[in-house]
Amino acid sequence: MVAVRTPAVRESVGGRAPGAPRAVLWALPPVAALALVFLYPLALVAWQSLTPDDGGHSLTPYATVLAETSFREALGNTVLIALGATLGALLLGLALALVIAFVPFPGGKALSRFIDLFLAFPSFLITLALLFLYGTVGVANGLWTDATGAATGPLNFLHTPWGVLLAEVTYFTPFVMRPLLAAFSQVETGQLEAAASLGARPWRIVRTVILPEALPSLAAGGALVLVLCLNEFGIVLFTGAKDVVTLPMLVYTKAILDGDYTGACVVAVINIALSVALYALYRTVASRAAGARRGRRKGPRTAAGSGGDPRRAGA
Amino acid sequence: MLVHSKAARRAVHSVFFLLFVPVFALPLLVIVAASFATNWSGALPSGATLTHYQDIVRGDSLDALVTSVLTALAASTAALTAGTWAALAAEKLGPRTRRVLDALFLLPVAVPSVVVGLSLLVAFSRPPFLLNGTPQIVITAHTVLVTAFAYQSVTAALARLDPAYEQSAAGLGARPAYVLWRVKLPLLLPSLTAAIGLCFALSMGELSATMMLYPPDWMPLPVQIFAATDRGSLFAGAALAVVLMATTLLVLLAVSRIRTRATYR
Repeated sequence: MVAVRTPAVRESVGGRAPGAPRAVLWALPPVAALALVFLYPLALVAWQSLTPDDGGHSLTPYATVLAETSFREALGNTVLIALGATLGALLLGLALALVIAFVPFPGGKALSRFIDLFLAFPSFLITLALLFLYGTVGVANGLWTDATGAATGPLNFLHTPWGVLLAEVTYFTPFVMRPLLAAFSQVETGQLEAAASLGARPWRIVRTVILPEALPSLAAGGALVLVLCLNEFGIVLFTGAKDVVTLPMLVYTKAILDGDYTGACVVAVINIALSVALYALYRTVASRAAGARRGRRKGPRTAAGSGGDPRRAGA
Repeated sequence: MLVHSKAARRAVHSVFFLLFVPVFALPLLVIVAASFATNWSGALPSGATLTHYQDIVRGDSLDALVTSVLTALAASTAALTAGTWAALAAEKLGPRTRRVLDALFLLPVAVPSVVVGLSLLVAFSRPPFLLNGTPQIVITAHTVLVTAFAYQSVTAALARLDPAYEQSAAGLGARPAYVLWRVKLPLLLPSLTAAIGLCFALSMGELSATMMLYPPDWMPLPVQIFAATDRGSLFAGAALAVVLMATTLLVLLAVSRIRTRATYR
């Protein structure tokens, strides 16, 4: 039976060789649908961004938008918040995944399923929850005013970039943990035992045995979270702060509130360029991570659960 | 096992729960607790009430829930069809064309959802396609956004599929259409139901693109939640959020039941 699985036999039994014209024909309908509802609209956005309101086609809309302070602030905010949230999610995700994988406790399995569930919920719920936890009338401030008798609590950061940062770290940490847990499940426990019996302290084992193994997954997870943070809208919208404007928020304000479609399209094109470049980087890193793992071990289970997992696949 | 001494292990675990509980468990609990309250200015919510839920049953929030469910059903079905078709077609392609198809179908993940909304607004407000102001434009946006996940789940499932079944069927003289319908799709069924559950959940919670293009008579639940919190009715918003989470969970649960029944067959 095993011999049947070799690629050579597969082609002869399957009839058609891969890449036959008929296969391309079969791929056409979904591609045509995608082109109509996704690529054609994107092309129109790019075209609109080159069309100033006073007619003609030029780069003036870009010059106008780039000269605006609001745009430069939004760009700075977006990049800083995304970098901060990615760093936070990486650190928190690494710490939590290390404990779940290597200092196991009863209920750890249920916990990782809970994390999967977390990914099925929309991001803005986190901001809503944080309003009850750390808002001006929330739990934390309520505890403070009850204890000290003060009129208001000390915490008032939810409408600042810090509030957005906290919400994004919370929401995106599971995206780091999933590929990490998959990578950790591949680490040989024998290696850890050997290192420990040779006298290595836990921190040293983490640094010299576990981390090198998990580095590709960590990089892939980080790159994905960076893209998702750059594109995040729900959290920022629910924060409702006037001074926390990110690029997606600026697209929304310009198009829906100001009716300035050309300006919105310019910001959109810049945002797409930033995100797609980063996403391409993520795909490269992720496929290299999966390739490295597959190369190191040849077994049936390595094909599944690679570091290149989609954003929430299998949740 | 990395930490061997019992005391150290306990210390690690307590740090873990100190991080985990406030960050992950508390937010969801807090929303549920707030949905039954009228006031929260201490450690615990006060003014226990069911009014928020009664308002939902009476008011137009029920319409929003129905709108969301219908949108999610339509979008996830369309996304699963397109995603599965594309994944099946990609499998037969040469490696280079295949990479192009992969990139095309994963691109919507990288493009900000707000921009997907804006692009549909720009494209379908002019001839030849006038969809602006219709429910269809919302469904289209959701379909675009979730198709990537359907495509990726089905592609991963196809890679795990043992080609021996397909080959034996073909070797016994089954036509390709018969192999697809009677062998491949049944084997893929668990992954397909998982994919549609995921797409449904994502569509239920979609806010970014929806904010750009929802018409007044087709307002999904997340928009309603935003409207509630934006005008300061945080507790009513929490009740709506609980309804959203409960519906999503119910559907995911139902889908996972289909999945286990399919694997037993």
